Amino acid sequence: MNQFLFEMANIRDQDSWVHQHEPEKATAKAKDLVRMAVARVRGEGALPYNMVPVTKSALVIGGGVTGMTAALAFADQDYPVTLIEQSDMLGGNGRNIYRNWKGERFLPFINDLAARVTSHPQISVKFNSAIKDVAGSVGKFSTTFSDGQSFEHGVAVVAVGGEPYQPEGKWQFLHGVNPNVHTLLELDKKFIDQDESLKSIDQAVFMHCVGSRIPERPYCSRVCCTHAVDAAIKLKELNPEMDIFMLYRDVRTYGQRERLYQEARGKGIIFVRYDLDHLPQVSEESGRLMIRCHDPIIDADIAIQPDMLVLATAIQPRAQSAGSLSKFFKCAIDGQGFLLEAHMKLRPVDFATAGVFLAGLCHYPKSMEESIAQAKAAAARASVILAQDAVPAESVTAVVNRAKCTGCGVCTEVCAFNAVSLDDNGLSVINTAMCKGCGACVAGCRSDAVTLKNIGNEQIMAAVDAAFCD
Amino acid sequence: MVVGGGVAGVQAALDLTELGYYVYLVEKSAAVGGAMAQLDKTFPTNDCSL
Ligand SMILES: Cc1cc2nc3c(=O)[nH]c(=O)nc-3n(C[C@H](O)[C@H](O)[C@H](O)COP(=O)(O)OP(=O)(O)OC[C@H]3O[C@@H](n4cnc5c(N)ncnc54)[C@H](O)[C@@H]3O)c2cc1C
Repeated sequence: MNQFLFEMANIRDQDSWVHQHEPEKATAKAKDLVRMAVARVRGEGALPYNMVPVTKSALVIGGGVTGMTAALAFADQDYPVTLIEQSDMLGGNGRNIYRNWKGERFLPFINDLAARVTSHPQISVKFNSAIKDVAGSVGKFSTTFSDGQSFEHGVAVVAVGGEPYQPEGKWQFLHGVNPNVHTLLELDKKFIDQDESLKSIDQAVFMHCVGSRIPERPYCSRVCCTHAVDAAIKLKELNPEMDIFMLYRDVRTYGQRERLYQEARGKGIIFVRYDLDHLPQVSEESGRLMIRCHDPIIDADIAIQPDMLVLATAIQPRAQSAGSLSKFFKCAIDGQGFLLEAHMKLRPVDFATAGVFLAGLCHYPKSMEESIAQAKAAAARASVILAQDAVPAESVTAVVNRAKCTGCGVCTEVCAFNAVSLDDNGLSVINTAMCKGCGACVAGCRSDAVTLKNIGNEQIMAAVDAAFCD
Repeated sequence: MVVGGGVAGVQAALDLTELGYYVYLVEKSAAVGGAMAQLDKTFPTNDCSL
């Protein structure tokens, strides 16, 4: 049977569950629901199963490690890829990080990845580019870039990443004021540059959770504890005599990274806990950094005068990128500006919008290896679409009654999918291949000329009449 | 061939079929589902995993 001739009276969800304690009224409502469904389905017709041919190419947005990994995953399967990057360089945040918790250096890996991307015959990289417009839907998107060029693609992967929080307000701790206060990435730069001055440091303090796990940013940034502990160990390697203090709220060197924490303690690195009611105080006293805090274990106030203070700052989304992409691809976004997957367990790399996938830091803070795994997962899921010659298109689409249409054009303006236009006679026409059946044009039409197939006044009024027939 | 019929193996097998491949899923016990099938509600969405 044609599936559009099916109508369901949802007695379980809409009736028996919600009215458990009123069985008689529930039975009456069940009868109403059945009558309404019957009245509706009578006015419905069989609809065609439309198909859209798949454009076998992919768009990847963001040229960090995530975006590059996804692009290579498509290209190695021989699908053409356009990778767009807003800056003039591939690599994103990964370029500023010294090494991972296993001691592997990031920069050589990223340079290698970037070289493979730029030399791959199936990948075209667009630098200094942004998306200006997106039309179409799964199987056939058409995206226009800031230089006016456009690209047709069947799927898209969003990998616009995140950025480090810049310390400010009560989390500033003299960053930008005292030259010996650094963020973790600023310390990593010294490691990358093999800065000799690090060896002469006698005392260093790391502050965890700078800007994380507070009302404005309630989440844990996940990579900073490991990053800070590893940096402290690296400093100990450079100068084993160095005294190092970690001011932390909770240590989240999760999973296998626990070994790193054990190693740090074994090397004599001292962990001092603080909480939000007792933020460490950072000041300058006679030209030197002074940190005062309370150690709850010895229940004593302590003062440290380190040569260097390192802030492990939060990771935050690139709110602007996420915001504009959520408009172009209709993908969901959370209160912080991170992009939201369709279902955190069952569809972890899909957006609710078909044909659009996400991976990496734009989703939530995660380590490089998790970003890479997610990039591969997103590309694999997207390849399911690219492997097909055609994908089902919407069957419930809008239709225009040309006798009623006055050609006002409101429908063309409210359509988010560019599916409606005015023809040579100035009357509305729907491109069914592009119509998603959202109903915006139906609601917008003041002449009652546009209806959705099977969801027209005829069916709805029949259901309403059935509901109130006695 | 996918070895292991827990949730990871089942999902991998399904994704591969969607890519157009015929898949052999090998599981040593009498049913698929693995550890996940023994959980009632799973954090954080509290879906019934069965
Ligand atoms: C402060 C900090 C510390 C970290 N420490 C560690 C660590 O110790 N260990 C670890 O494993 N991981 C760490 N990470 C995480 C790691 O950097 C990421 O998991 C990894 O680099 C993958 O990032 P990404 O590609 O998803 O995003 P990014 O690296 O942010 O890349 C995104 C790219 O997209 C581009 N872009 C953004 N918006 C647009 C747009 N609209 N159009 C086009 N291009 C756009 C950006 O310019 C950028 O190049 C850290 C991250 C940060 C921020």
